[in-house]
Parts: sequence; C-alpha cells; structure tokens
Amino acid sequence: MHLMSSELFTLTYGALVTQLCKDYENDEDVNKQLDKMGYNIGVRLIEDFLARSNVGRCHDFRETADVIAKVAFKMYLGITPSITNWSPAGDEFSLILENNPLVDFVELPDNHSSLIYSNLLCGVLRGALEMVQMAVDVKFVQDTLKGDGVTEIRMKFVKRIEDNLPAGEE
Amino acid sequence: SASASPCSVLHAAPVPQTCSHPSAPKAGDQEKGLSALEGVGFRVGQGLSERLTKEMPSFKDELDVVKFLCKDLWINVFKKQVDNLRTNHQGTYMLQDNQFLPLSQLSNGKQYLEEAPKFLAFTCGLVKGALSNLGFDSTVTAEVTAMPSSKFQVVIQKS
Repeated sequence: MHLMSSELFTLTYGALVTQLCKDYENDEDVNKQLDKMGYNIGVRLIEDFLARSNVGRCHDFRETADVIAKVAFKMYLGITPSITNWSPAGDEFSLILENNPLVDFVELPDNHSSLIYSNLLCGVLRGALEMVQMAVDVKFVQDTLKGDGVTEIRMKFVKRIEDNLPAGEE
Repeated sequence: SASASPCSVLHAAPVPQTCSHPSAPKAGDQEKGLSALEGVGFRVGQGLSERLTKEMPSFKDELDVVKFLCKDLWINVFKKQVDNLRTNHQGTYMLQDNQFLPLSQLSNGKQYLEEAPKFLAFTCGLVKGALSNLGFDSTVTAEVTAMPSSKFQVVIQKS
C-alpha cells in the first residue's frame, strides 16, 4: 500500500513541527526555527528549481510572482496559489492558497495560538529569492488553521542584493 | 502531484539548529539535534504505520511485523524494499539496505560526515515509531560500513 508522496510530506512536516514544539518553550521560538530551517532549504532548493524548471531570469517582481505561484508551488507542493493585492508600487503582493497541503488533517491545539504552522514556507521563499539577488519579506497574513477562509502569504520586495555573485558566475 | 519528500526536508535540517539551546555545549547540541531528528522519525513511523495497516488484516507474528517494515514501510519512505533481513528468532533483527536512498544522494566524504547521521537518526526513529504503533517496544541502532549500504539492528523488547 502506498501513501501519496504529499501525504508522507504532510506527515513528516507535522512530525517536525510537533518535535519543535516539544523542544522549544514558546511558539515564537518555534516560528523562528521553522523560518531558519526553511531558509536553509530555500538556499539549496533554488538550484534544483532552476535546473528542473528552465525558467529564465525574471525581469521584474511581477514575473517573479508568476514563477513562484505557477511553477515553483506547482512543482513542489502540487498547488497553484493565486496572485492578488498588488501594491500600487508593484513591490508587494499576496499569494492566496485555497488549500495548503502542509495542513491536511492538522488542527492547532488551543495552547499554540501564536504558532505559524507553515512558517517553513516563508523561510524557503526568502532563502531561495536571496540566492537570485532579491531580499524579500514573507509572512502569513491569513491562515485556515486559525479559522480564516483562505491562507494568504504576503510577499514584499525589499531590495536587490548586489554583493554576491551566484557560485560559478564570472 | 508534489515532489517534495521527507528526505528533502531532512536534508536541509541542520543538526545543531534542530534543537539548540544557548547554554548547552557544542557536543551536546549535536546529540540533542540528532535525538530531535529521531523524535521526528518516531512520529512519522507511528503515523505511517497507522495509515498503512488500516486496511490490512492483523499480523500473525513478530516476524510478519518486521517483514512489513522491510517491505511496505521502506517502499513508502525509501522507494525500495530492504534487501536483506536476518534474525536470530529471539527478537533481534538485522535490516540491510544496499542502496539506502539518503546515502546514495550524498556526494563526497565531507557531506557524508555531516549528513549521514541525520538520516540514520531519523530512520532509527522511524522504525521504533512504526513498531511502537504496532505494540512493540524496541531499540534500533544504525551502522554504515560501506556507502551507500546501511544496516539497522532492531531489538524487540520482550513484553
């Protein structure tokens, strides 16, 4: 009998969050650890993503948003969030996830109201984009686990990172 | 469908940071981190064993349970079965995987030294957790003698 790979991933992610809640005293510390772990995943995942997706360099943040929602999320989580709520300056947008595979069958216990369960995703996005010269802020602003109708991730472009050349680039 | 896998999550789980306390010495961090990963594996093992055995008839004996681990559990996590199972028929089992998936993805010596302990700790927990869900207490240890082959020794406690 086989579980779908997404079921196994959800199970592993849940086990990870549960272990972190056991090892750290408060939700804020767990959130930070998830972000950190996500960041470490993101800085490596970007190479895998670029190799498998064959997307070219994005010319602006709108293209970046499209690639994130339509290619990256699809490739790794099997979902395609919608992109909404662009700021007038074009430097901020929201990803709306109607369903979040990480939270299938998950319920937050009462004593973890500050836990940002899927915070790993924010770290992943931040780490991955940093490797392509973009500093971004990423945070959850709505979460179905907390009773909201949808899950909304807000992404804000902070600045272009000039200093580091990607490995191998002359 | 999703291509993210537990292995990719674990691959990026830095050992000291899984559980680091400012006051603990460095060696302690490493141990705590590995023990946390074993804890993650344990829960995955419990959950996975629960889901996989839902539709199955009950196991007829302990050996049957271990064969389930070697076959169904292993395929679901590591994409293949255990290659070799040995037992002394007194509660000790040796599971050998000659192409252990996490190890077969590690490229060089340095990466192996840093990464292998994480996957071994997770897998020991996985096996313990699966057995625990099925009513067995156990100790599980892992050994790598030749890459990418891994051996797991399982000792099931007498009840």
